[in-house]
Amino acid sequence: MRLAITGLQVSFGDRRVVDVNELVVGQAEIVGLAGESGSGKSMTTLAVLGLAHTVGATVRGSITLDRTELTGLSQRELRDLRGRRIAAIFQSPATAFSPVFKVGSVVHRALRLHGMSRDEATEAADRAMRQVLLSPGLLDRYPSQLSGGQLQRVAIAIALALRAEVLLADEPTSALDVTVQAEVLDLLRELRDREGMSVLFISHDLAVVAELCDRVAIMREGRIVEQGPAARVLSAPADPYTAALLAAVPVIRAEAAP
Amino acid sequence: MIFYVARRVATAVLVVAGVIILTFVIARVVPGDPAATWAGPHASAAQVAAARKFLGLDRPPAVQLASYFGGILTGSWGLSIHTHRPVLSDIGAAAPASLELVTAALIIALVIAVPLGLISARWPGRAADHSIRAGSILGVSMPIFWLALILQLVFSQRLRLLPAAGEFSPSLLFTHPLTRITGFGLIDAPLTGNWAMFGSILGHLLLPALVVAAYPAGLIARLVRAQVLDTIGETHVQMVRALGFPERTVFGRFAMKLAWNPVAAALALVFGYSLVNTFLVEAIFDWPGLGEYATASIQTLDTPAILGVTLFIALIYVAANLIVDIVQAAIDPRIRLR
Amino acid sequence: MIEAPTPFPAEAGTLPRGPALRRGLRANPLLVAGAAGSVLILAVAVLAPLIAPFPADAGAATHPFAVLRPPSAQHWFGTDDVGRDIFSRVIYGARISPLVAVVVLFIACVIGLPLGLLAGYFGGWLDEAIMRVTDIFLAFPPLLLALAFAAVLPASLTTVVIAIAVTWWPWYTRLIRGQAASVAGRPYIEACRALGISRWRILHSHVLPNSITPLTVQVSLDIGGVILTASALSFLGLGAQDPTPDWGLMVAEGQNYFTTAWWVVTFPGLAILFTAFTFNLFGDGLRDLLDPKRTFLR
Repeated sequence: MRLAITGLQVSFGDRRVVDVNELVVGQAEIVGLAGESGSGKSMTTLAVLGLAHTVGATVRGSITLDRTELTGLSQRELRDLRGRRIAAIFQSPATAFSPVFKVGSVVHRALRLHGMSRDEATEAADRAMRQVLLSPGLLDRYPSQLSGGQLQRVAIAIALALRAEVLLADEPTSALDVTVQAEVLDLLRELRDREGMSVLFISHDLAVVAELCDRVAIMREGRIVEQGPAARVLSAPADPYTAALLAAVPVIRAEAAP
Repeated sequence: MIFYVARRVATAVLVVAGVIILTFVIARVVPGDPAATWAGPHASAAQVAAARKFLGLDRPPAVQLASYFGGILTGSWGLSIHTHRPVLSDIGAAAPASLELVTAALIIALVIAVPLGLISARWPGRAADHSIRAGSILGVSMPIFWLALILQLVFSQRLRLLPAAGEFSPSLLFTHPLTRITGFGLIDAPLTGNWAMFGSILGHLLLPALVVAAYPAGLIARLVRAQVLDTIGETHVQMVRALGFPERTVFGRFAMKLAWNPVAAALALVFGYSLVNTFLVEAIFDWPGLGEYATASIQTLDTPAILGVTLFIALIYVAANLIVDIVQAAIDPRIRLR
Repeated sequence: MIEAPTPFPAEAGTLPRGPALRRGLRANPLLVAGAAGSVLILAVAVLAPLIAPFPADAGAATHPFAVLRPPSAQHWFGTDDVGRDIFSRVIYGARISPLVAVVVLFIACVIGLPLGLLAGYFGGWLDEAIMRVTDIFLAFPPLLLALAFAAVLPASLTTVVIAIAVTWWPWYTRLIRGQAASVAGRPYIEACRALGISRWRILHSHVLPNSITPLTVQVSLDIGGVILTASALSFLGLGAQDPTPDWGLMVAEGQNYFTTAWWVVTFPGLAILFTAFTFNLFGDGLRDLLDPKRTFLR
């Protein structure tokens, strides 16, 4: 049980946007958090990172990482965890990198922030880039010079280089086209298999969730309405909302060639 | 990068041509007959006709424009009716003092406004933010000429803290006369080791510079605040936080770098703006710059001088915008990569 | 907001209604304060004959025996160098500044709006031509160009209005042009064209209404700036002439006595400051209210 979320409540004043009884991600597991846009999925990510206050939200409940309770930690302690043990990648990779900094500068700074020397950082960054099948030379470019898929892979590379245990992936493929999406999904699977990472994969796209995730939790208006192995939930949903979501996914039927 | 620079310079040249044409048009807007004014109220018709010929006003407008254009480009900007000297040389003598004033004002404005804008953005909605915002709006709402008079009254007259007028203490003319090399007092004094004069000029510069700094300070503080607040909400800032960077680094390094863009663009704007604001301030402080020259020209209806100053400042403004654009392109890769 | 339109004009937005409006107003004390102040100034302007204790002093009256009296119970702001009550003159001056601003901005819109629409919608050489001309006008710092025009024309309030209007219209042309161009590129406009709707109709019924919101915000932001520019021109002697109770003119006239009679300059100047400040507050608050990008952190 790597990451365990229990009784989590995230609120904006009186308005509660997340109310999760239980959500766990184990080691070497990809758990999907699926639901409509605006159902509170992204706020969950921020809450886990301890960054909910930056958008003005308050958090109650328990979030444990390998039995370390996160909700009581100071910002300083949280900063140590961020990136190093819990990594995050975001939707719209083009905006996830500051346009006026070279991509590599953010990567290197992050590595050095978490204790690596300059040489160690360069080496780790290059190695991670190759692991995500990118040439390390791309680190010298500006975000506007890289494609969305490449940027997302750089983001994953940072998590790899820091050897994070948990990866929070907030709609990482929503802004990418289908072929690029497949490559990123492959990468995530590799992270699970080779590095044993726990991945919380947040998405509104059930088809992707079905393809990638081991277990899935369906979120509606901040609450988890159903949870369980992906195959089971998505083929035989117990909750009517899940069924409705599934019904909304367009199906392309292949016609048999005459 | 080269292509961007070349493109920008070409545009600037075209704009300059248009500016010269526009000043020509303004000069022709003057009601009444310039020839008659030149010849004087008691001139005979023949004398007026001769004046017209002398001034070249009998030629077709296109020819007049061409010769005006040529004159500008070769440095003959006309004769000042008041001083009887070539306008360009008058301007050349007066410009350095104004450039000193505006530069000092902008430095003061940046030093005050950037930190205040950052504070405002760092803790938005708090008391400091509200007062800084109110102060900025106050700065850009200030009637500069009035502020000049008030500060002069309070700090020079009543409190006797700062000198009231002039570029330096008149007594220094005898004890430590200034040898002018570049025309810029603040450069020439140190160059000739004349530190007494240097100090005196600085002292006399302070009050006018503070007055001129009011508007840029207000503007820049608001810009910095707005830009940083916009940037802070963006995903890349959140990502950097998620990587574990402390808030002060998130703010100081990552958010701030984007804040410079609009500030740099604004610098050209406020430079030109402040240069014109000197018109409202220099006469009051007897600061011997373009402003004082222009004010005197307005009072004596010295049209060639007024238009000469107008053209001069417009050219500087175009140049300032050009420089800022190029510098911005150098800093922000998105601009030149477009 | 500033003496020239800000180079970073307001985003297009829509005015909220009902409860959203009330919430917006509560969150925006600047707007409320600015609006209140503006209303106050307009009220003073309208009610001037009723408020001013010495209405004749706003005109050609002189009182040689009451010259340069300091502020007192009888003359709240003191008297000037020909004995006129400064308070009354300041009150009557409130009629001049906002009026000048309104006329200037109206003219600037009348010129700038059609030009901007044509340039933005039709594009091509028309756009190029209009943009080149505006570029040339915008190559001058605003006060400078207005000053040049005002200096070559006879000094009067009309001159000031014309001079400022002539330098202001390019900003609006550019603003409208940007809006019109972006609206013109939208799919529904193309749909209109495909339906055979005439170009003028499209311009009038679709492009115009959708381009106008940023203009209204910009205009409200500019009122303060125009007032400052106009008072500066008057201060330089290019505007209204004596005995008109123009605030800028009053400051200029009072300069010579300033060291001994501080009140002659202080109160008219405070009036300019207060007026510009409130209108700027109002314009600023209005922009904040309509800003679609209001982040939670604000």
